[in-house]
Order: sequence, then C-alpha cells, then structure tokens
Amino acid sequence: MLELRRDLYDAIVAHARRDHPDEACGVIAGPAGTDRPERFIEMANAERSPTFYRFDSMEQFQVWKEMDARDEEPVVIYHSHTATEAYPSRTDISLASEPGAHYVLVSTRAEETVEFRSFRIVEGEVTEEEIAVI
Amino acid sequence: MAIEVRIPTILRSYTGGDKAVDGKGETLDDLFADLDARHEGLRGRLVSDDGALNRFVNVYLNDEDVRFLGGIATPLNDGDVVTILPAVAGG
Repeated sequence: MLELRRDLYDAIVAHARRDHPDEACGVIAGPAGTDRPERFIEMANAERSPTFYRFDSMEQFQVWKEMDARDEEPVVIYHSHTATEAYPSRTDISLASEPGAHYVLVSTRAEETVEFRSFRIVEGEVTEEEIAVI
Repeated sequence: MAIEVRIPTILRSYTGGDKAVDGKGETLDDLFADLDARHEGLRGRLVSDDGALNRFVNVYLNDEDVRFLGGIATPLNDGDVVTILPAVAGG
C-alpha cells in the first residue's frame, strides 16, 4: 500500500494537469528504508511528448546525487497518461528500473475526473496496490 | 589505473550488493569489459548488441553525460568516477 499525504497527491495532479496534453513526470523522495514519500520533485519531461516521458539525464543525475547525499530514495516515481488509462504501458513495464519504488500513474484524459493509481513493477511484473491519502 | 564505478540498485545483483566497484580501462568500452570479467553479465545491461551504449542507460563520467563526450569510446583517466543510472522513462 502507498500512503501519500494529501498535499503531495494534489501536487502530482496539479503537475499532470498543467503539462497536459504532454506527459508530466517526477519523483517523491523519502528517507531511505522508510517507504515514506516526503520531498516532491517535479522533473522535466525531456521528450515533451503526449505519448512518452523521459527524465532529463543531467537533471536526473543532480536529483539522484542529492537524494544520495541526504540518504533518501525515490519512494514514488510518477507520470501521467494524457489520452489513455492510468495503467503502466508496455514501455513503462519494460523500462521500470526502480524495484523499490511505487509507480504512480495519473490519467488526465477526462477533464472533470482524475484517475490516480499506484503499482509496483518488478522484473516485468505489475502489481496494483491501494493508495491511502492521509 | 583505478576508476570508481557507481552501481544503481537494479544492477547490484551483479556486484554482490556493492554500491560502487573499481575497474580499469583506457575507454568506457574497456572499463565495461573489465567489469564484466568480475561481474559477469553487467556489460550486457549497459551495451546493446551493436556495441553502442544502451539507449535507456545513462552513464556519467564525473559530472558529464558520456553521450555528450565520446559515448562508449569516451577516454578515461585514473581517478575518474563513472556513475551508471537507468533512465527513468516510459510511455
């Protein structure tokens, strides 16, 4: 299960809405070993695409170094789908590279409602999990 | 010639859990071959079949992305730090 503070949930949704129709992406870092998302980090989508996302490589390097220095981990990795459901695509599954992370998917395909789901993706296997907004 | 190589979580199964290992080589390509001799299979995760750097692996030499240097042929020096990070990407 993913426990996520309301302000962090809202920040993900706001970022996804703002970047629509392009995909938005980012990380929530948390203290290593706690599984507690705390520090919200919006990332640039280097692809600026409605169908693909990729962290900018230099920005990712800086953010990963910073997490390392602060003894943090990427607890949540989020991105949006802007025309399809909030479920990992084949590309999402094949490229998932943080087995300890919660992969949060948001869909902005509907204007009024938001789809917000969380998954574990480990060695090609997708497991959906509950989200508790606290 | 010792080069420190920082290994991401997902590839630590090849290094017995170590976050960093030492290697040597005149170029990145040499370094990956050297690492593979002790951590079998690691090179295959970093280099694609055509011998180029895997598109979805980021490799940094000190503070630069090697794609903006010489890619897999980037020359290395004693004391360099090479950091490997899988790209965070998807569709």
